[in-house]
Amino acid sequence: MKAEEMLNLAEKARQDLDHFQHHIHVCTESGCQSSQSQAVLASLTAEVNRRGWQDRVWVKGVGCMGLCCEGPLVKCDDRLYQRVRPQDAADLVASLEAEPVERLHCDTEQPFFTRQKLVVRENAGKIDPESLLDCLAHGAYQGLLRVLTEMTPAAVIQEITASGLRGRGGAGFPTGLKWSTVAKAGGAAKYVICNGDEGDPGAFMDRSVMEGDPHRVLEGMAIAAYAVGADHGVIYVRAEYPLAVKRLNKAINQARRHELLGLNIFGTHFQFNVELRLGAGAFVCGEETALIASVEGRRGLPRPRPPYPANEGLYGAPTLINNVETFANVPAIIQRGAAWFAGIGTAKSKGTKVFALTGRVRNTGLIEVPMGMSLREIIYDLAGGIPEGKAFKAVQTGGPSGGCIPAEHLDIPVDYESLTRLGSIMGSGGMIVMDETSNMVDVARFFMEFCMTESCGKCVPCRVGTWQLHGILDRISRGQGKSGDLNQLQELCAMVKQTSLCGLGQSAPNPVLSTLRYFEKEYRALLEKAPAAGAAPANSAKTVALEVAP
Amino acid sequence: MKAVSATAASLTLNIDGQDLSCRAGETILEVARENGIAIPTLCWLEGLSLWGGCRLCLVEIAGSPKLHAACATVCTEGLHVTTNSPRLTHYRRMIVEMLLSERNHVCSVCVSNGHCELQSLAQKLGVDHVSLPYRFPKLTVDNSHDLFRMDHNRCILCTRCVRVCAEVEGAHTKDVKGRGILAAIIQDLDQPWGDSKTCTNCGKCVNICPTGALTHRGTAVGEMVKKQEFLPYLTLMRGCGK
Amino acid sequence: MSTTPAKPKLATVWLDGCSGCHMSLLDLDERLLILAEKVEVVYSPAVDPKEFPEGVDITLIEGAVSSEEDRHKAQLIRARSRLVVSLGDCAVTANVPGMRNYFEKDELFQRAYVENADAPAAGEARRARLPVLGVPALCPRATPVHEVIPVDLFVPGCPPSAEAIWLVLTELLAGRMPQVAELTRFGA
Ligand SMILES: Cc1cc2nc3c(=O)[nH]c(=O)nc-3n(C[C@H](O)[C@H](O)[C@H](O)COP(=O)(O)O)c2cc1C
Ligand code: SF4
Ligand code: SF4
Ligand code: SF4
Ligand code: FES
Repeated sequence: MKAEEMLNLAEKARQDLDHFQHHIHVCTESGCQSSQSQAVLASLTAEVNRRGWQDRVWVKGVGCMGLCCEGPLVKCDDRLYQRVRPQDAADLVASLEAEPVERLHCDTEQPFFTRQKLVVRENAGKIDPESLLDCLAHGAYQGLLRVLTEMTPAAVIQEITASGLRGRGGAGFPTGLKWSTVAKAGGAAKYVICNGDEGDPGAFMDRSVMEGDPHRVLEGMAIAAYAVGADHGVIYVRAEYPLAVKRLNKAINQARRHELLGLNIFGTHFQFNVELRLGAGAFVCGEETALIASVEGRRGLPRPRPPYPANEGLYGAPTLINNVETFANVPAIIQRGAAWFAGIGTAKSKGTKVFALTGRVRNTGLIEVPMGMSLREIIYDLAGGIPEGKAFKAVQTGGPSGGCIPAEHLDIPVDYESLTRLGSIMGSGGMIVMDETSNMVDVARFFMEFCMTESCGKCVPCRVGTWQLHGILDRISRGQGKSGDLNQLQELCAMVKQTSLCGLGQSAPNPVLSTLRYFEKEYRALLEKAPAAGAAPANSAKTVALEVAP
Repeated sequence: MKAVSATAASLTLNIDGQDLSCRAGETILEVARENGIAIPTLCWLEGLSLWGGCRLCLVEIAGSPKLHAACATVCTEGLHVTTNSPRLTHYRRMIVEMLLSERNHVCSVCVSNGHCELQSLAQKLGVDHVSLPYRFPKLTVDNSHDLFRMDHNRCILCTRCVRVCAEVEGAHTKDVKGRGILAAIIQDLDQPWGDSKTCTNCGKCVNICPTGALTHRGTAVGEMVKKQEFLPYLTLMRGCGK
Repeated sequence: MSTTPAKPKLATVWLDGCSGCHMSLLDLDERLLILAEKVEVVYSPAVDPKEFPEGVDITLIEGAVSSEEDRHKAQLIRARSRLVVSLGDCAVTANVPGMRNYFEKDELFQRAYVENADAPAAGEARRARLPVLGVPALCPRATPVHEVIPVDLFVPGCPPSAEAIWLVLTELLAGRMPQVAELTRFGA
């Protein structure tokens, strides 16, 4: 569609919004849906209809409002309600023009809400992700419009570079640099891939972005495609995210129908199409070369790099691959400028980061905070601290590739470099909090088991090394460790880290190394429980000679 | 394999203290081999696509904290490569130990005893025992093919067989199923080899398998049966003499 | 008065193996005589003593650790020997004895003592039965010696050749750690 058409549609959609006196927003993302938010939405709609208020009250499903543990969350104008059940509909609708419903009250003045800084999730809880018009009313595709009509590809890359945006998929690679590498690579066909595989246990940031604001992802990809000279995009999502798949599909179809994807977008010569590819739920398929193999229809196995995808990616063509959250930052940077973005965060880590808070904290759910906020602030203020009066023990960041950070380091700012220095990584944003009841050897064993079963098996150090490491951790945690075990753990960890082919193996030892670094006492305590090596077994050969009778 | 044209620009590099020159596009492994510098390999095989899974060919490059697979690293001007160091030997030994611990390698009763790349590599690297616990998995032997045999106990998952079958023979009978430690070589859709409709009986896989995993049938001690009925006239002759 | 300095004490032990490594030792042939001059063989299948003595200098172990008796012996040997050598693939890798490890112990007994038992002759009671008395308990797995006790030197081979064994002994007696890789390997 032409630029004016879109602006007109957006304007009309905004007027439609203003036409309603009241707005009821029900979270319909996976978290709240699992506590029946669809039924809540239905009964609220029915109640509004019963009162004949259809023209005054707009009820809609929206993306995640963050406090997943208190779901289903419902927002009635400015009031937020938690743990809403379908039978609360009558009271809630009545309250629109009366006193708030105290029993369902959710305090939006608590730090969980006030200390967040929303960029990627700025529309979450505001827009109906299934309605293109609603998205347009909230500014969707205006960044793309600006790029296509006012900026050269080089200027776009310049803007992204100046913003200091770094990849949110784990390693924190400078996004502008990646884009300019792809832009410089020769070749007629180029591709843009959005990595929505999100395989880390405990992570659901990308899911939420894809479910809650799918057009934002498409817009970010389109801007990137324009910048690097690609005309085809692929979103790789795990099949375990059916709602994200559904909403992305819907968004792609809407965008195509309204010519926001396809040929001559906004009447320019720019063309871009996006297709969705489903992964079958292998963690390793989040690794970029394995992901590309999977998209090509082959086994999802990593291959040695270089060549990097930027030069030889999908079907051998230069390919830009970025994470969902990375793309979701792009429209905001284009619209508000690199300087604004670079003003958020720390010297080397710009912008915000979405974290999935899980484990032993009061508030579990999604938060978006400026880079550089301290772990203490996140865990004690936003997440509300540890429940049941228990003491904090460690926080695990970066999933199976990350590490555990103990209490003495809670005051470090959360940015790429600080976390790496502590032996963990930013990763994609999983944050699992553990209290005094957790055993850290168990934690290491759990993550190693994950890596062992998710290893693709291509290279020896990861395939066999993770199995060996898991064996040692397992026997230590069962109280059957041997005296040389800690040395062997260290030795194997170093070897697997340095010799594995891809990031999975190279980072699989991190949870072990970081727990060894901070919680060696717990390993030693378990080892002391083990029967002393060298002692004669209870039934020595001279005395016992029995096997089962026939 | 990269096609390297004769006119390609040449580069200079240094491997283990020797100043060498090579053509652009050549890997460290290729250049080392051309110059008689031995780098151990198991998954790499000239003429097959790159795999990079065994990690035995890892080398050190000056200025890089990482180790680099020689088979997968294309030379660049001025590279300074070390193919042997205490650290590299230590890791190579561990890799061999891992392979020996992963499945059941009982060299003394293996048909490939004395003709096995893994076995001789262990000897060359001085692996005189395996310090890791053995896994002792229960694995099968596929005896269904008329000519060949697949013994999963001896397979090191180098995928040479998979690649030669797909890339040279063009049959793509073999592939890998499963993940991690459970990965295994299969025929077609995980059918017995003898039932495969795509296997052309060419024997390429058998001949390039580095271990005793793929072998010709009839080569095991227990199969060394003499067929005396092969010479029926002997009895006839004996009959005549009576 | 002069006393001849005490000769180093050598022991050789046969755990779960086929005795092939000991045969290879005997293959030293006339060099056995030289050996006899240099060492005192204090314990071995080839000599009389029944109790593993204290203060042994070098012990060669043939065979994997398969039963509780093996395990007990290995520990005793370690406690009483200065140098322990794993001799041959069974001691080093568990080798053929380890091939039972792919099966559960119960499966193994069923196969060995029940399914493979001779069919009873006419009128005879069933022969199949599990051994109950006088046999040491079998470990769940046969393991290399070094999984049970620390080992000082590994000599792979099935069996290691007499040359390899000679090198090991002469070097150890000369106070050096032998480099055996040239002379033997797994399965050699
Ligand atoms: C084992 C493994 C799993 C990965 N999983 C993901 C993932 O689920 N999502 C993701 O965006 N990146 C993942 N990555 C990182 C990607 O390889 C790639 O670096 C990233 O998508 C690049 O995007 P970015 O520059 O925007 O961070 C994974 C890497 C490894 C080694
Ligand atoms: S490190 Fe692990 S996941 Fe990566 S290639 Fe090797 S086996 Fe596969
Ligand atoms: S395949 Fe090689 S290493 Fe394995 S048992 Fe056979 S000879 Fe030994
Ligand atoms: S069967 Fe042989 S060639 Fe094939 S993967 Fe196994 S070891 Fe390699
Ligand atoms: S030969 Fe290079 S990784 Fe196997």
